[in-house]
Amino acid sequence: MADPTQYIDDLLDQYPPKPEYLIGLLQDIQEHQGHISYDSMLLASEHTKVPLTQAYSVATFYQSFRLDPPGEHEIKVCLGTACHLNGGQQLVDGLSRKLKIEPGETTEDMMFTLSTVNCVGACAIAPVAVVDEKYHPGASMRKLEKEMKKVTELSPDKIKGEPNA
Amino acid sequence: MIKFKINDKEVEARTGWTVLETAKEYGIDIPTLCHHPAVAPTGSCRLCMVELKEGDWSKLVASCIYPVKEGINIYTETPKVHNVRRWILEMLLASCPASEEIRKLAEKHGVVSTRFPIHDPDQNCLICGLCQRVCEEVVGLSAIAVVDRGVHKKVGAPFLRPTDICVACGSCVTICPTGAMQEIFDTVRGKPELPLTQLA
Amino acid sequence: MHNQSAALQHDPWRLESLDDLNKLKEQLEQKIDPDHPEIVVCHGTGCLANGSEAVSDAIQTALSDSGIKAKVIPGIKTTGCQGFCSRGPLVLIRPQGIFYQRVKPKDAGDIIEKTVAQGEIIDRLLYKDPQSGEKIVHEEDIPFYKLQDRKVLHNIGKIDPTNIDDSIIAGGYQALAKALTTMTPEKVVKEVEISGLRGRGGAGFPAGRKWRSALQAIEKKGRPVYVVVNGDEGDPGAFMDRTIMEGDPHAVLEGLILGAYALGAEQGFLYVRAEYPLAIKHLTIAMEQARAYGLLGENILNSGFSFDVRINRGAGAFVCGESTALFTSIEGKPGNPKPKYVRSVEEGLWGRPTVLNNVETWANIPLIIDKGGEWYNKIGVSHSTGTKVFSLVGKVNNVGLVEVPMGLPLSDIVEKIGGGVPGGAPFKAVQTGGPSGGCIPHSLKDTAVDFDSLTKAGSMMGSGAMIVMDDTDCVVDLGRYFLRFLEEESCGKCMPCRFGLSRMREILDGFSEGRGTQADIDDLLSLSEAIQDGALCALGSSAPNPVLTTIRYFKEEYLAHVESQKCPAGVCKDLITFQIDPDNCTGCTSCARKCPTGCISGDKKEPHTINADECIRCGICRESCKFDAIRVI
Repeated sequence: MADPTQYIDDLLDQYPPKPEYLIGLLQDIQEHQGHISYDSMLLASEHTKVPLTQAYSVATFYQSFRLDPPGEHEIKVCLGTACHLNGGQQLVDGLSRKLKIEPGETTEDMMFTLSTVNCVGACAIAPVAVVDEKYHPGASMRKLEKEMKKVTELSPDKIKGEPNA
Repeated sequence: MIKFKINDKEVEARTGWTVLETAKEYGIDIPTLCHHPAVAPTGSCRLCMVELKEGDWSKLVASCIYPVKEGINIYTETPKVHNVRRWILEMLLASCPASEEIRKLAEKHGVVSTRFPIHDPDQNCLICGLCQRVCEEVVGLSAIAVVDRGVHKKVGAPFLRPTDICVACGSCVTICPTGAMQEIFDTVRGKPELPLTQLA
Repeated sequence: MHNQSAALQHDPWRLESLDDLNKLKEQLEQKIDPDHPEIVVCHGTGCLANGSEAVSDAIQTALSDSGIKAKVIPGIKTTGCQGFCSRGPLVLIRPQGIFYQRVKPKDAGDIIEKTVAQGEIIDRLLYKDPQSGEKIVHEEDIPFYKLQDRKVLHNIGKIDPTNIDDSIIAGGYQALAKALTTMTPEKVVKEVEISGLRGRGGAGFPAGRKWRSALQAIEKKGRPVYVVVNGDEGDPGAFMDRTIMEGDPHAVLEGLILGAYALGAEQGFLYVRAEYPLAIKHLTIAMEQARAYGLLGENILNSGFSFDVRINRGAGAFVCGESTALFTSIEGKPGNPKPKYVRSVEEGLWGRPTVLNNVETWANIPLIIDKGGEWYNKIGVSHSTGTKVFSLVGKVNNVGLVEVPMGLPLSDIVEKIGGGVPGGAPFKAVQTGGPSGGCIPHSLKDTAVDFDSLTKAGSMMGSGAMIVMDDTDCVVDLGRYFLRFLEEESCGKCMPCRFGLSRMREILDGFSEGRGTQADIDDLLSLSEAIQDGALCALGSSAPNPVLTTIRYFKEEYLAHVESQKCPAGVCKDLITFQIDPDNCTGCTSCARKCPTGCISGDKKEPHTINADECIRCGICRESCKFDAIRVI
């Protein structure tokens, strides 16, 4: 891997040094890095002239920011109203049981992060789960277990915790 | 001067005053917690709600931020005001069970028990944000953050690591209405043996 | 094939006048033969999730492989959401207007060889009207479309949203050119006032009045003034704004530029939810292409008026749909709302006069300027003019996006356009207005759908989500759902919202677990009032609405939970039991193998039983049973 701080320097160059660009900058950092580390937040806050305390307030206020590295694959279950009526919560419960983690957490082997999202606006195909940005219409535990198996097998370093075991 | 009425009594206020400031001037008691004259009001604890009436129409406003207007009618003790106040005091009793100040305040308004579950019996911070505001607005630093949101909101330092931005001036401890900052202070400033960088 | 990228067929040139725009339009039109066959594949979110990208790829491949004998090679176009999401992937064959639904990649060959080459209709891909049982060939004959009045959605499903030329052919930017060349800013504001357009984001504040107040504020404070698009469509179950941004981004942009011209703004902002990446992408492309034509940026159409826009991606906070929170978020801070004792038209973004309208409101502006405020004012009903886009979801046959004139009876939308509840039972209630709205029961099915009638019924228009509920949906559960949603989304700044909503939800939790008392219902009502009166912003003050309307209309259902510990809809886990119907059970053992607690037992090929003490009511057995043998009691 190239110098891990290089991309941050490149990103900083794209944003004028003003507080209003803090959120966009943090979003871009997360896109590259998967999460926002202490050091990168410090750089972003210095660049946009926002005190670190306020940058931290921002990063913890908005749900999409992560301060810890996520798992290799992300399963997002939509909990919009249509998905709720069609069993979205049961999917969350089922996945929680299967992966032995609560929503917002990552499995110990760093394979899966389970999260919930408040409506992805795809209500016609409820319940919806999004696995690594791919939408799964009419999701069920059966379909999701299959998908989890598929993405695990595709992983470069196949990890011990076989999710379908 | 702006003329209006509080509890049917004619009062006068300067332009730019809030209802609360005017009420204080006239010795009318409105309970507050998150308000302090040294910092800008934010209207977050909602304890100072009063009723604004115009004919049949009425609504509740936070007196600490509501700017006075000519001819308005404000009532500080109505059934609606009491309902909000009672519920908020119950919320405060449950969120800050360790605070003597809040127990006394509630008692003064006739609230001695709460219907809310107590999750942490040692808690006394109501997250009014006075500490953060005084640090930023008066001291001119930004050592304290209000982090997270909703039910998880709390006061602390970034990544919960002590910060050397803090100059240990103690303003936050002084302004805290419940004494909660005493404990939080150490997590912000860090243990005294850590070097404190004096910022210019 | 990826039709997702910006693809202009020629080098754009800077347009200097209305004449230039018309010349360009003519040139583009000349290139098009209206009779030329075209295969239109819906690339809305619903269709994409159902695999429409594979369908358009397969059609492309089939086309190159087939060497069809047709004299003309059909064009292939991908568009934004065509609305009929429950039938996706959708494919439309032009010029005949043949409507194919639930198309799979393997159908591509037949579509090319039969329909395109020989004009033959493929029966299996046609839509079958569930009521008449008839198969329908043409899009315009399908009841779902026939009863709609598509004005804002007019171009969506027809144009390629990543190609500005498509939009220009369809009349895009005509209103802007008209305003810049023939109208004063004052005249633009006037037309919007005459139109009676009310904000489509929730509260329904008249847009013209808002613009007028902003002008008055500018008189006092001077410029800059900002114009902002609220694209933070957060109501669960709502996807109108998403569809407009994805399917016709130029309509939003043109509306915003018109607003900027009317108010003299030089900078605008598009605040879009991060959960809508495709919308962000299409808007970004639209802005680039508009800039290249000189329709955005410095000296637009050589009129001397300059204006530019920036996109702000939301970062996951429902409360940022609230105006003051949205402004603090654009400023780069946590989205904590501020009390609205000073209106945002006077003191908005960076304390400056600011006009904030939602996506659909802005998308209405070009129509109003193009056809006139008077024309617009005649659509709909008085005090609620124009059309409104609704997302019709939940227990309804035709799930999708519908646009109708204001004032239509609720039952027309749900039953005639939506095709009613699957199975034919009457709907139980329709939830409108999202977490701030309420439930309208079947007994009020003739309620006119306009701002004031919905409010009178205890609900609200909101942004336009309509969630149809049937007898298997529990109102207590729905109340818990919305409260949990808002509890998570509350910014936590004020006490009533941070604590009150949790308490309300806990009381409802008690109901659904069989621990409720009459005193709890009284507490719920009194606490609701305290939250309505005491919360700092609209998120909190409107939060009790879903609970209050359901108590108003479905009191018996609440009492059933409290007094007899029963959930009539069979939803609340602690009040229901799962049982196996021995008549239907074949003993296939499928459920027993799937059950996470292993509480299902029985011999092979013999009816099984569930041990109720160990059952966690997860429903996996019901999902896995192919013989409809699992009963909920």
